[in-house]
Amino acid sequence: MADPSAAHAQPGHPADPSKRDFLQLVAGAGAAIGAGAIAWSLVDSMNPSRDVLALSSVEVDLTPIPEGQGITVVWQGKPIFVRHRTPAEVKQAEDTPLSALIDPQTDQARVKAGHAIWIVVVGICTHLGCVPLGNKPSDPRGEYGGWFCPCHGSQYDVSGRVRHGPAPLNLALPPYAFESDTKIKIG
Amino acid sequence: MAGLTKSDFKNPVVNWIDTRLPVFTMLQKEYGVFPTPRNFNYLWNFGALAMVNLVIMIATGIFLAMNYQPNTLLAFDSVQRIMRDVNFGWLIRYVHQNGASMFFIVTYIHIFRGMYYGSYKAPRELLWMLGVVILLIMMATAFMGYVLPWGQMSYWGATVITNLFSAFPWIGPKIVTLLWGGFAVDQPTLNRFFSLHYLLPFVLVGVIFLHIAALHITGSNNPLGIDVKTPQDTLPFHPYYTIKDSVGICVYLIVFAIFVFFFPNMLGDPNNFIPANPLQTPADIVPEWYFLPYYAILRSVPNKLLGVCLMFASILVLLVLPWLDTSRVRSARFRPIYRQLIWLWVLAVVTLGVCGANKPEGIWVVLSRVATLYYFLHFLVILPLLGKIERPLPLPESISRAVTGKGGGPLPTGAAATMEKP
Repeated sequence: MADPSAAHAQPGHPADPSKRDFLQLVAGAGAAIGAGAIAWSLVDSMNPSRDVLALSSVEVDLTPIPEGQGITVVWQGKPIFVRHRTPAEVKQAEDTPLSALIDPQTDQARVKAGHAIWIVVVGICTHLGCVPLGNKPSDPRGEYGGWFCPCHGSQYDVSGRVRHGPAPLNLALPPYAFESDTKIKIG
Repeated sequence: MAGLTKSDFKNPVVNWIDTRLPVFTMLQKEYGVFPTPRNFNYLWNFGALAMVNLVIMIATGIFLAMNYQPNTLLAFDSVQRIMRDVNFGWLIRYVHQNGASMFFIVTYIHIFRGMYYGSYKAPRELLWMLGVVILLIMMATAFMGYVLPWGQMSYWGATVITNLFSAFPWIGPKIVTLLWGGFAVDQPTLNRFFSLHYLLPFVLVGVIFLHIAALHITGSNNPLGIDVKTPQDTLPFHPYYTIKDSVGICVYLIVFAIFVFFFPNMLGDPNNFIPANPLQTPADIVPEWYFLPYYAILRSVPNKLLGVCLMFASILVLLVLPWLDTSRVRSARFRPIYRQLIWLWVLAVVTLGVCGANKPEGIWVVLSRVATLYYFLHFLVILPLLGKIERPLPLPESISRAVTGKGGGPLPTGAAATMEKP
């Protein structure tokens, strides 16, 4: 193969291969950075777009939800369970000893202070992403009165804490806040 | 003949792969030491530029398709969403949109280079014909891509172009209905155009592979148009032409970037910012600039069928160009008359382009008729006769003699391309 460094070797001007190495590195690095910048714009186009991000919050009116029942609202394409708990359910959730839990967490940590009758959780089973049953009284709610996942039999209590596997974690809590006593804003 | 390849690569992993699938040996042979005429000028960059352009179009197109909706109710808005909401969507779309124009600029120059230096002549006739096929597929792809944003010009362009086929007697209207999948350009048309617009670039990749395979059999033509005779006439493709192509790619990307970032809509039509309306044709229907010459040929003939036939013929005539040109001298450099007339032909094409951009009235009708006439005169009369009457200049003995002015030319040690492996 041709030796490029020999091409311009002139008497009195010996070829300096280190200059070529430098040029090669600079050119290669420049091309790599350029290609990377272009690749990034393409890859980033797959991230959530502005219109998707604009749908990042929803308001929920709590007044129509009767005691003992829950509703499902959609937030960022995910089901959110909003459940109106009975005083007995609240007491049961608060009295559960942490030692009985797979993923120990107090009920107080899972509700907003002063609004313990409302539990708001992401309705996606932490096992493999199915939507558990239990919002309607006619749904199976499992042994702990919360939610029951039909896919692999995971059971959650009225605080959305996992009580029976295979799910490893409690139902996730979405960010939300009470705007008034009867209205919450999720996201 | 079955059996493992003997690989000369030292790296054990490369050697292991190469023994079983000699891709590295092939790359080394076709793009490493490949003997290439030593006298290329920058016009020989444009094949590589077209390749780069195709890759850019496929890459940006795939990401556009992730957000585009081929539905008449959603298409226009989905393109607006790409421009406004999708991360870097504006960039990806403007690169794709202007990339189409860049593709035609590069390809037209590539074709002109072939015509000027006689690259279509024996033994490269099939190579040239594959190139014409590539041009036809490119045009079909570009046309269908232009329909997808579903603006006014998309819709009416689709209507006019598909209606061209109605010119053929009896079978014409049936073809048009088949193309539309209905009785007007509508949802089925948009849906199938999207499907085909996604497919055809990959067909292009296949035909381009054949184009390049044929090129590597015949070897490249060169500005002198004479055959390579000795290794002194050639240089190894790498590093000499990889570097020369890289320089061209940098310039090309600069021009491309100027369009994308400063004049992204210069080559587009404002009517395409209006959503398609099947009940209202825009006042001026103009195709994209790269179709203007053919459009002018179409309009220059008052007879519908004849106009359509002439328009198709204006491209198909290129297929038989190797046999229309009777001169055996390839390069225009040694053909004193052809060297002038080829520019007259270019002038005719440019004139047709300008005529196509203007309303078909007054001087533009006359001009487009004269230019159309000359366009075909060049291929059908001038080229066959010129080869017989033109007295070519004496050809140089060899490429290296012409380049260095010396017999054989003392090349730097080892610079001549040889088939030895590294």
